[in-house]
Amino acid sequence: MRDAVQIPPPIALLAELTHRCPLACPYCSNPVDLTARQTELDTATWLDVFRQAVEMGVLQVHISGGEPASRRDLVDLVKGAREAGLYVNLITSGVGLTDARLAALDAAGVDHIQLSVQGVTAQMADWIGGYKGGFKRKMAVADKIAETGIPLTLNAVMHRHNLGDLPATIDLAKRLGARRLEVACVQFQGWALKNRGALQPTREQVDMAKKVVAQARADNRGTLVIDFVPPDYYSDFPKACMGGWGSTGLNVTPDGRVLPCHAAETIPSLSFQSVTEVPLADIWYKGAAFAAYRGTDWMAEECQTCDRRDVDFGGCRCQAMAVVGDAAATDPVCRKSPHRHLVDATLKAEAQGAERGTEQRPGDKDFTYRSFPEQV
Amino acid sequence: MTRTRIPVLPRGVRLHFDKVRGKNVLLAPERALFLDDIGHAILSEVDGQRSVAQIARHLAAVYNAPEDAIAGDITEFIDDLADKRVIGFTDA
Repeated sequence: MRDAVQIPPPIALLAELTHRCPLACPYCSNPVDLTARQTELDTATWLDVFRQAVEMGVLQVHISGGEPASRRDLVDLVKGAREAGLYVNLITSGVGLTDARLAALDAAGVDHIQLSVQGVTAQMADWIGGYKGGFKRKMAVADKIAETGIPLTLNAVMHRHNLGDLPATIDLAKRLGARRLEVACVQFQGWALKNRGALQPTREQVDMAKKVVAQARADNRGTLVIDFVPPDYYSDFPKACMGGWGSTGLNVTPDGRVLPCHAAETIPSLSFQSVTEVPLADIWYKGAAFAAYRGTDWMAEECQTCDRRDVDFGGCRCQAMAVVGDAAATDPVCRKSPHRHLVDATLKAEAQGAERGTEQRPGDKDFTYRSFPEQV
Repeated sequence: MTRTRIPVLPRGVRLHFDKVRGKNVLLAPERALFLDDIGHAILSEVDGQRSVAQIARHLAAVYNAPEDAIAGDITEFIDDLADKRVIGFTDA
């Protein structure tokens, strides 16, 4: 029990209500094996998860999916989460969020909405999202959100095909009255990994994006906050994934499995407990999947002795798994990783494809769009 | 500049007492800022009615401290939160 005292309580819960979504973005952060509707947790179970989370010390719930508006009980879940004492952030594509639903969410006490955008034009956004008319619908929803006064963050997922539109994306965020803009360059897990060759930006694009962000931050100080998640293959050091494994947040999947991060299921050596069988606190404090990479004992020698050990925590376990084939390896993005050459070789190969593909090519068949298996 | 302005917690930003950790926290979009006693004392006075200078005068009296130093600390604190867009001003 000594460990239980030393492990801090989680701050945030990512509640993936469903994997259903009208969009089919080829970089979706959901797992490649999507969970079917019939195995989704029911309303009462989710409400119990929220109450357990509050008792543990969780402060914020990020209600996500898939598209959370695909759940008929979304308003009840938001209301229940607020009543339990959580700060409620709704992460949505906006598509499928009717005016009446938005008004009901407003009344239910949603604290903040994070709206995803796939592009700044219908041509780009609907191509990436694989859903014709999605952009138009999304812009209408964004206007309605502004009318309600619910604070808005625009989440722009960026890659080779739209990184050049970054200035226009910043303008869109301002026009929609967003308080925050997340410029989230695609991280290569799951579906994005399948489409990495078609999505990987070029070094020139990344260098330009950094300059644009720096200038826009200065120009919009106090009116628009810009968070920038760089494409980490071009970085010298890895991202501090999850602020350290099992230290600040947890993720509950549509069918109730509890993960240390949304991509953790890509690590085959881990098995995950469910909220339908084990109390949430026991999973957090005693679960093997959370213990696996918590702290520093699991780290490779180059991480153990590194002065950035407590800065980036060895980077992303899922990326180590995807690129090196060993989830306990140093994140191969790191310049100190003995596996950095694998990332460099990938970038070299993909840059050749990029020379042909930085232009916008709607209608292309380059993507493997996100989809459910045929039999679901 | 800031001293004459009237700070306000905008929609989506609220003070919360975290019973599990026994700490005051400011909850905001994608942020949870744990507050020390001073930060909590300042934000508890932010009501969308009184200016930074008025809040400083009040806290100087309560804590029996020099008003000018307090006003400087509050201004710095509020400017930082305004940059993060977790505090607003009634005239903005």
